[in-house]
Amino acid sequence: MAASEQNALIISLEEQFQSKIDADIRIEPKDWMPDSYRKTLLRQISQHAHSEIVGMLPEGVWITRAPSLKRKQILLAKVQDEAGHGLYLYAAAETLGMGRDDMYEELHSGKAKYSSIFNYPSSSWADVGAIGWLVDGAAILNQIPICRCSYGPYARAMVRVCKEESFHQRQGFEVLLTLANGSPEQRAMAQDAINRWYWPSVMMFGPSDGESTHSEQSMRWKIKRFSNDELRQRFVDMVAEQIKVLGLQHPDSDLKWNAERGHYDFGAIDWDEFWNVVKGNGPCNRERLETRRKAWEEGTWVREAAVAYAEKKKQRSESIVTLAAKAA
Amino acid sequence: MSQTNNTQGPVWEVFTQKKSGAPFQHAGSLHAFDKEMALENARDLYTRRDKPSGLWVVPATEIVAVSPGDAAPFFDPSDDKVYRHPTFYEVPEGVQNL
Ligand SMILES: [Fe+2]
Ligand SMILES: [Fe+2]
Repeated sequence: MAASEQNALIISLEEQFQSKIDADIRIEPKDWMPDSYRKTLLRQISQHAHSEIVGMLPEGVWITRAPSLKRKQILLAKVQDEAGHGLYLYAAAETLGMGRDDMYEELHSGKAKYSSIFNYPSSSWADVGAIGWLVDGAAILNQIPICRCSYGPYARAMVRVCKEESFHQRQGFEVLLTLANGSPEQRAMAQDAINRWYWPSVMMFGPSDGESTHSEQSMRWKIKRFSNDELRQRFVDMVAEQIKVLGLQHPDSDLKWNAERGHYDFGAIDWDEFWNVVKGNGPCNRERLETRRKAWEEGTWVREAAVAYAEKKKQRSESIVTLAAKAA
Repeated sequence: MSQTNNTQGPVWEVFTQKKSGAPFQHAGSLHAFDKEMALENARDLYTRRDKPSGLWVVPATEIVAVSPGDAAPFFDPSDDKVYRHPTFYEVPEGVQNL
């Protein structure tokens, strides 16, 4: 085929593809898709998966130190769910043609990113509450629209994830409410955790619309349904109301209801801090990656044993087939 | 895209049945090295809530599917026989239970 003919073919394929998206027809793994659509999705889904996995670390360290058996069981179930979310998402990313081992390699080498929020330390029990309420709360707002994403496997994984998320946010709120109604020290602990986790959570929605590089194309492809700033505003409004029930102080002194907009106005976001953490200089970036690498390296013998077992089993069944053929 | 190595085992598709008598539905996929491991992983990954009544795991390579390009002609004759639907027929007024 001549180059011009090939170009014409790709253009018509791209037009067909976009018209499917416009008609809300889902794209499935074996369907034709533009290379850039595949790459964008692979980047987004694998980063999302990595975030679920790394996201287990700040909460995981509190499992052995939870203040009661009930809280321990709840936290264990929550962290287990996050592992599950990571696995649903890795499976969805694999349908785009990248192997699981390669994705892990990208995480461990630092090539792939994960949500910056998990590079902050969880220094007190109240942080478990703040993470559940604020971090899972923000994640839910991000994830709900992805249930209608144009890529079928991603959308289906997200439906499962969203069903499981709602208890995550509630248990966090309950932890904070219990502390808020406790002793002055417990109240102070809850307030401190909220003060530290609020702004990083506001930043979870990513750069402002003007600064966001991939947004416009992702909207056209219906990978993204709402802009970063729209989702961020929803989060700010939600938290502004819910914190009243906790009876704690809002960390943003500039927060103010704007009757004209029907939304809360809020203070300036420290984007220098955001980019600094994205670039790897957050308080826990190194520690998180080291923990992941260590877990991967220490699991080598398990993977090697499993591969050797599979190989042995395959050889055995092949030799049985050969024997049977000889006997016949 | 490159697949440098695979230490995860083959992919299995997982189907769950919510309650007895209900159809099995695709839940997702996972990696496992044999049937037993696939079933156990599927239980841990896809049935953490609402105890289902059934679970199937199938090696992904064993699934036969209509390729997307062929779907339209493959299914074509199924849409043009209106008389396959009860709404095609006129029911005279007063006829009960028809
Ligand atoms: Fe999650
Ligand atoms: Fe969660």
